[in-house]
Amino acid sequence: MNEHTVKAFDADIGQLRGLISQMGGLAEDAIAQAMRALQRNDAEHAARVRADDKAIDAIEAEVERLAVRIIALRAPMANDLREVVAALKIAGVVERIGDYAKNIAKRVPLIESEQRIEPVSVIPAMARMASDMVREALDAFAARDPEAAVRVCESDSALDDFYDSIFRTLVTYMVENPKTISQVAHLLFVAKNLERIGDHATNVAEMVYFAATGQQMVERERGGTKE
Amino acid sequence: MSNHPPKMTAEHVNVFYGDKQAIRDVSIAIDQDNVTAFIGPSGCGKSTFLRTLNRMNDTVPNARVEGDIRLDGQNIYAPEMDVVQLRARVGMVFQKPNPFPKSIYENVAYGARIHGLAQGRAQLDAIVEQSLQRAGLWNEVKDRLGDSGTALSGGQQQRLCIARAIAVDPEVILMDEPASALDPIATARIEELIHELKGRYAIAIVTHNMQQAARVSQRTAFFHLGELVEYGETSEIFTNPREQRTRDYITGRYG
Repeated sequence: MNEHTVKAFDADIGQLRGLISQMGGLAEDAIAQAMRALQRNDAEHAARVRADDKAIDAIEAEVERLAVRIIALRAPMANDLREVVAALKIAGVVERIGDYAKNIAKRVPLIESEQRIEPVSVIPAMARMASDMVREALDAFAARDPEAAVRVCESDSALDDFYDSIFRTLVTYMVENPKTISQVAHLLFVAKNLERIGDHATNVAEMVYFAATGQQMVERERGGTKE
Repeated sequence: MSNHPPKMTAEHVNVFYGDKQAIRDVSIAIDQDNVTAFIGPSGCGKSTFLRTLNRMNDTVPNARVEGDIRLDGQNIYAPEMDVVQLRARVGMVFQKPNPFPKSIYENVAYGARIHGLAQGRAQLDAIVEQSLQRAGLWNEVKDRLGDSGTALSGGQQQRLCIARAIAVDPEVILMDEPASALDPIATARIEELIHELKGRYAIAIVTHNMQQAARVSQRTAFFHLGELVEYGETSEIFTNPREQRTRDYITGRYG
């Protein structure tokens, strides 16, 4: 893309994109760290994840300020306008992704188990899948790549399938081990949070697609999930 | 969009100043119900093209217009076309307010009188009042209609010129940068006025101010190097233009 005649405009847009990447990186890390805390049953580590979420919130506020400033001072048009609006919305969604990671961390101390609950071992794989979607959606934004955005949306159904399978496993586990119900119920929420993170990544990808092409991505069939 | 046939159509229009070609094969339809904005960098031909629509280029030596331009299906360059009559039907407002050095009343009454639109003083008074009302100027000048038009502020003078254009009961109003010499408040009043006049008159406006084009028009035409690059819904042009040149211009990447 050509540079703007007014170079400061390019600097503003560059700064906005930088903030979004930074935010995305923190959200990915929050998911990974929440998983580490869960696997190790490490309440201290979980508390750090919760505290670190403030950094994501702070960047979201900064994105808002900068986007509003760009709209007021630069009056962006066409693809510039779509990109600024997309950045504003993406920041809100990434902030929510951070909240889901925080929520997972919050449940770690509640899943107190003397004996290890087996299904815990498959949840990190689901988390990696969700986290990959987040990273790929934000990479698509950085590259202004609508094709990559479409691929993110398509991968959402695999994550939904993963959730369905974990759901069934956990329900079976609860039936067989009624004493673990309260812990396993928390695990169920952990899996649900990861499934929602995938939906949010899909959402980001749709905004990337719109910013890049000016067209709405056709409503895709999203793999149905059982609540 | 509009349910009516277009008010004006231009087909394959070329304009030359001597050997230099200023407009290249432009075809466009101007709606009755919409405001159409012409945008583009300086020298792109947007003003030249606007002026072909009421034959203002006739007054420029060496200017030559080719192609077919119609008002309600009637060729305005046909030999039987009365140019004075045409310019009453297709009125024009210029960048710099240019009231006659006469009273406010006379500025508005003049055209109506020479076109024989009023029988007697009472009717002329009515035309002056109605035109000033529609131009949003009546309340500010009704007690001093005898004052000179040139004594008004810039924004008021421009609205006086719009009232003058309206007084001869035109069908189309062409505006060439009507607010570029005005402060933001006077500009906003002109824009509000354009909005109020929309529908009653077909309006085409040339503007350098893209925000203004976005605010006042429903259709936008982007000109570049004498060509019509893109013409479409204003909301589309400013959010999702189809042509690279349009996009570069409106996003400030031109050149």
